[in-house]
Amino acid sequence: MKTRRTSHVLLSLLAYAVALVMFFPILWMLLTAFKTEQDAFSITPQLAFAPTLESFRTALEQGSGYWHYAFNSLFSAVVSTLAGLLLAVPAAYAMAFYPSRRTDFTLVWMVSTKFIPAVGVLIPIFLVYKNLRLLDNLWGLTALFTAMNLPLLVWMAYSYFKDIPRDIVEASAIDGAATVQTMWRVVLPLALPGLASAGLLALILAWNESFWSLTMTDHKAATLAVYIASFKSAEGLFWAKMSAASVLTVTPIVVLGWFAQRQMVRGLTFGAVK
Amino acid sequence: MSPIATAALAKTAPPAPPRRRARSGPPTRRLMAPATLFLLAWMIVPLAMTLYYSVRHYNLMMPELRNFVGATNYKLLLTDPTFWHSLVNTLVLVMACLAITVALGLGLALLFNRTFPGRGVARTLAISPFFVMPVVTGLIWKNMLFHPVYGLLAWLARELGLAPFDWLAQQPMLSIVIMIAWEWTPFALLILLTGLQSLPEDQIEAARLDGAGRWQEFRHIVVPHLGQVLYVVVMLESIFFLTSFAEIYATTSGGPGTATTNLPYYIYQNAFFQYDIGLSSAAAVGAVVLANVFSFFLIRFVAGNLNAGSAR
Amino acid sequence: MAIVELKNVVKNYGGRKAQGPNAVDDFNLTTRDGEFVVLVGPSGCGKTTTMRMIAGLEDLSAGSIRIGGRDVSDVAPRDRDIAMVFQSYALYPHMTVFGNMAFALRLKKLPQAEIEKRVREAARMLDIEHLLERKPRALSGGQRQRVALGRAIVRQPQVFLMDEPLSNLDAKLRVETRAQIIKLHRSLGVTTFYVTHDQVEAMTMGQRIVVMLDGNVQQIATPHELYAQPVNTFVAGFIGTPSMNFLPATVGDDARSLQGEGYRFRAGDARAAGLAGKAGATVLVGVRPEHLKWCGSGDAQAANHLAGKVDVVEPLGSTTMVQVDVGGQRITAQLDSAIAVEMGQPIALTCAADVLHLFDAQTGQALGLPAQA
Repeated sequence: MKTRRTSHVLLSLLAYAVALVMFFPILWMLLTAFKTEQDAFSITPQLAFAPTLESFRTALEQGSGYWHYAFNSLFSAVVSTLAGLLLAVPAAYAMAFYPSRRTDFTLVWMVSTKFIPAVGVLIPIFLVYKNLRLLDNLWGLTALFTAMNLPLLVWMAYSYFKDIPRDIVEASAIDGAATVQTMWRVVLPLALPGLASAGLLALILAWNESFWSLTMTDHKAATLAVYIASFKSAEGLFWAKMSAASVLTVTPIVVLGWFAQRQMVRGLTFGAVK
Repeated sequence: MSPIATAALAKTAPPAPPRRRARSGPPTRRLMAPATLFLLAWMIVPLAMTLYYSVRHYNLMMPELRNFVGATNYKLLLTDPTFWHSLVNTLVLVMACLAITVALGLGLALLFNRTFPGRGVARTLAISPFFVMPVVTGLIWKNMLFHPVYGLLAWLARELGLAPFDWLAQQPMLSIVIMIAWEWTPFALLILLTGLQSLPEDQIEAARLDGAGRWQEFRHIVVPHLGQVLYVVVMLESIFFLTSFAEIYATTSGGPGTATTNLPYYIYQNAFFQYDIGLSSAAAVGAVVLANVFSFFLIRFVAGNLNAGSAR
Repeated sequence: MAIVELKNVVKNYGGRKAQGPNAVDDFNLTTRDGEFVVLVGPSGCGKTTTMRMIAGLEDLSAGSIRIGGRDVSDVAPRDRDIAMVFQSYALYPHMTVFGNMAFALRLKKLPQAEIEKRVREAARMLDIEHLLERKPRALSGGQRQRVALGRAIVRQPQVFLMDEPLSNLDAKLRVETRAQIIKLHRSLGVTTFYVTHDQVEAMTMGQRIVVMLDGNVQQIATPHELYAQPVNTFVAGFIGTPSMNFLPATVGDDARSLQGEGYRFRAGDARAAGLAGKAGATVLVGVRPEHLKWCGSGDAQAANHLAGKVDVVEPLGSTTMVQVDVGGQRITAQLDSAIAVEMGQPIALTCAADVLHLFDAQTGQALGLPAQA
């Protein structure tokens, strides 16, 4: 009994330690963001330092462009998520509640497009966008995010719809509801928590996306990913500012992820975990 | 149909009313069309165009020269040592990251699948890296952790009396793997933990009563139960690992040399710096084929799951 | 309230090209106005499919359905003016009990006062007034069941459809709710279709019962007719507990007497016609356990006589169930508990002539039934 108790305490301590190690780079970034550039760029890590908001001030000031990039990130993430849901929900609804012989094929096809790597379509999309003047265009980028997340959204929405008992949908039909009424008044309210978490995941993926942003935008439609990437060549002098900008970029999504973690898992496991 | 057969049928079957029209059923076609068309336009059509470009001579620097060249691009590709290097790099990266994230993720999931005070907070902290933007990951690790002089790891090495180590220069691939594993171990942890928590308690209890030890319990009850979930983790991760880009872009830019050039980075460089559309399209076809080898198994799994679902 | 007519209704799941056996084959039935019809049969017999076709949840492969004289074969469920109680209850989990019951009325855009009135009235009838503000997950199984009933009642539909509504209740609640549904039907007088696999439920509730097997209607009759004049061995064995005993017997030269190893019978006047011309042939004799009586030694000459050995004795209190080995065949008899029987003891049984059922040994069809209307 004694050894069990000891091992329990040790394992708990190990869990804390692991959590701390995993979180440490984020913590370090957070601390650095509150340092002066001198403290940030120091051979001996400064743990005791006078916190300053200076880096945040420079990161946010006029001319830093943060707000421009933040708007682009927010716009492309939110609009692509909403558009994705708007496209995915009706399709998933049709497949879940009115399956035909082609349903399985269509669903698998839609999901499988997720597994075309972005580089597989990069070149034609770049060239077509160039001709259509969609390069460095926020709508063009948003459409790409939509396409990127659509397969996942279809799958997640489908698995949430599948969980709604057929009986309830039939009861609603017998109660006099038309297809659209059933969808709005019965199915959507029931699937809403699931759809919301699917939307959150899409939002996170779009916000963090960098491949398309780096290749398809320059300045006008550039997102925070591009902004942060511009610190790539920053040597020493800008670590605090880079950290501050990173904190400003990462925090909203990490917090969102904290709250949505549980709900996201179920949709992502493709129904393997109930 | 022969008249005799028709007559025979008429005799046996009561005159059935003509097949009725489907009741003004749900407009499934119209519901599915937008998503289908969107995916066609943004995924399938470009994919076809990639295939088309891959058999053309097409360089943006010489736009007037655009003709059919058959397999030339592919031949060029297969004789380019950088391509082979990037292919090997891609596989090394995917395999290493998979092994680390799954092993660590499983260990951590077991660690967090116990009740102890503060578990929720600890778990939340541990999974946070998954939500961090990859570009940020790259910059933070490159500058503040891996930096040979000012990085935290360098300081740690000095404190321990070791020679500081230039991670990204001396072990570039390992560094990239560490960063990606740091981002994705939380994902494996999160999903495997959910899988563990869906394991019915009575199965474990029955196994204990049957005399199973800790290891046997893990081997014969837990692992089989996690089978499907593990599968999902492996497949989703491989898809993302195959297309790793931001971490490399933000740190090594594929170097030193071609040490960390993976397939996506190779294509990116060829298209955007060599302007060789034909060659990079051929490489892109290679990337799609590679992804398909992986996804083949996932799709089989999804299809299997579908059937199980409809049987329910 | 309406008459429901089903004409040559066929359901085949094979799609456009009919394949395999029909799930429901050539179903014909015309209800009376306000009748309570029970569809009964083992699982997979097509009873639920038939009900779902009446509801409009399944398309017909052939045939037609009329409700109140209107052909509804191609009409969507919502336009059929029917209400259904599902086996799972199918309550809307995100709505309160009130919301569940009011949903259909709101869709019909009835005035709020009218909705309020109807829901309250139905809730009072079902004694769920105090639950109106709760969500379904906060209710017990029995309460959910009553909400499901209430949701059907407020509609004031032409037809009620009930799909095994009691199967998720415990035994005691099932008996109570059974009585409640019968009472509701009396007071509302709405034509009702009720699906069950439980023959006791069918017998106690149905004014008319449709017995189905493998997609085919076996018999449509009142409970009494089903019991007294089953048309074949399936119906005879399905209706009544414990099941009817079947014994093969050779028809005597007089086309009246029946003989088997360890037993002999003499067909009653009512059924004797069925044996005409069958002298020397084998038929199945059916006799219900409750019709078998202990036979004292004085009755050794009785026309109907079975002799065997007691195999199992199950005292039930008022009666005793005895399984008897008669010439290698096991039959069940329900005897007065006053009679002391012991395992292994020889026993003789008899029964009245007019309770014997006769069936064709090959087809299982009843012999000598009065001509069906």
